[in-house]
Amino acid sequence: MNSFIMSVLQQSLIFSITVMGIYITYKILKFADLSADGSFTLGASVSAILITRGVSPIVSLGISMLAGALAGLATGILNVKLKIQDILSSILVMVGLYSINLRIMEGKANLPLFNHKSLFTDKNPLFVLSIITLICAMFFTLFFKTKLGYLLKGIGDNENMITSLGINIGSIKIFALSLSNSFIALSGGIMAQYQGFSDINMGTGTMIMGLASIIIGYSIFKRIGFLNSSIICIVGTLLYRTSIALSLRAGFNPSDLKLISSILVVIVLSIGNSKELFINRRNQSLRKKKLKNSTTLREAGGGNA
Amino acid sequence: MLKLNQVSKTFNKDSINEQKVFNNFSMDIEKDDFICVLGSNGAGKSTLLNIISGKVKVDDGDIILNNVDVTEDTEYEKCKRISRIFQDPSLGTNPSMTIYENLSMAKNKGSRFGLSFLIDRKDEGYFKELLKTLHLGLEDKLHTPVSQLSGGQRQSLALIMAVIGKPDLLLLDEHTAALDPKTSEIVMNITDNIVKEKGLTTIMVTHNVDQAIRYGNRLIMLHRGNKIIDVSGEKKNSLTKERLLELFKDMDDKSLFS
Repeated sequence: MNSFIMSVLQQSLIFSITVMGIYITYKILKFADLSADGSFTLGASVSAILITRGVSPIVSLGISMLAGALAGLATGILNVKLKIQDILSSILVMVGLYSINLRIMEGKANLPLFNHKSLFTDKNPLFVLSIITLICAMFFTLFFKTKLGYLLKGIGDNENMITSLGINIGSIKIFALSLSNSFIALSGGIMAQYQGFSDINMGTGTMIMGLASIIIGYSIFKRIGFLNSSIICIVGTLLYRTSIALSLRAGFNPSDLKLISSILVVIVLSIGNSKELFINRRNQSLRKKKLKNSTTLREAGGGNA
Repeated sequence: MLKLNQVSKTFNKDSINEQKVFNNFSMDIEKDDFICVLGSNGAGKSTLLNIISGKVKVDDGDIILNNVDVTEDTEYEKCKRISRIFQDPSLGTNPSMTIYENLSMAKNKGSRFGLSFLIDRKDEGYFKELLKTLHLGLEDKLHTPVSQLSGGQRQSLALIMAVIGKPDLLLLDEHTAALDPKTSEIVMNITDNIVKEKGLTTIMVTHNVDQAIRYGNRLIMLHRGNKIIDVSGEKKNSLTKERLLELFKDMDDKSLFS
């Protein structure tokens, strides 16, 4: 049981970095970036191949981030310069990345790292992961307090206003996509080192996982008021991974997981929506009651007069 | 300070819907002018502002701003020196950000948006002072998201934000049209005060004849891409609604006031 909790916790920490990346495009930029599936694997394969070539694990992660940034750059250029719709340009990049990832891993669909030194060799994985996630979360939080961070928020909010500040929104968008995808690739690279191999299919479903985690985090913490969005990402991921792990424990097949993810997102979304419905109804019935009371009072008052 | 030289613009060229908005249109704007532009729908008022602000590229002709040819500049490059307020109050501000954040963004216009922190606590006094001139009580709502403000409050805030860096040119695109008459009056007064106080060169497009007569030192009436009336100075000051209507009479076109 203890190792079960540990592994869920560790995986959540890795994935929460991806979720922060997806948060940048999905929540802040309002840009449907589906290339996450590709750039997660990209980060993993770049880091894996470099490690087998004897590059230090940390340096390999840096190069993974760079590769991710390039993938984001590609999506951005397709969207901004070639004016291809956001969702389509990201799908094109995702599809293209599949071949690129295979090439990076020298045509092999699976690249084991078991005999090589990784970030986690002779170290406590939870400790290493906590530090990395903490650094990412701090960067994430601080970045969105800077002028550049506010520009990103502003573009998602009202592009017009940012243009009127004399800013080229196209280049800011490209930058944001690069940043987002370098987060995702970093997380992919860490995942490869954590599990000891890189696999061509390991990124499948990254996007839906990210959305689910963000939506879960939001629907739970929306009412608490202002909470740091990096914490929402981390806790959302933790809750999502826990529910997935629990459903595995409950006896579902791993092949059912994608369906479970989808259903989970539907449930969380509909609960979020029906909550408002419920509250509105309650307010309505309260109002009706009040009205009733006041009319009876008035009637009583009228009787007195 | 701003010159439009023989500007031409046709939309949907070579199609059935071809629409010639301007044909060799020229206009000279002096520094410190406050110009009101009137005209019916389709007269080219909005296109005029779009051409000046760079949103629409001209087919022919030059645009000269402060002796520099800016014809080929993109919208965001022009926006560095030109500020514009739109009819829709939601376009001039960032709704999810607070008033403080919005003002901080506007204050940074023209400087680099780099990795330094946006919010500077030292600005609070300055922002409060700016907002006090509006008399809308916004100075006590500095940390309220703009989405919770009314249309008039947003438009006034947008105005403050647009002029915070003293632009070379202020464009007002029917900026009071979406507001109720009373709020419209208030926003118009604020506009006039700001323009006079800062000595801004301003072009205001409006449908409201009273406003066009009351404010500004020059009045231009556009019709199908041509200036049919262009009065300034004393002549503009002595202009009345009746006189303006008389000037139209010979045009024999009732759609002018639609």
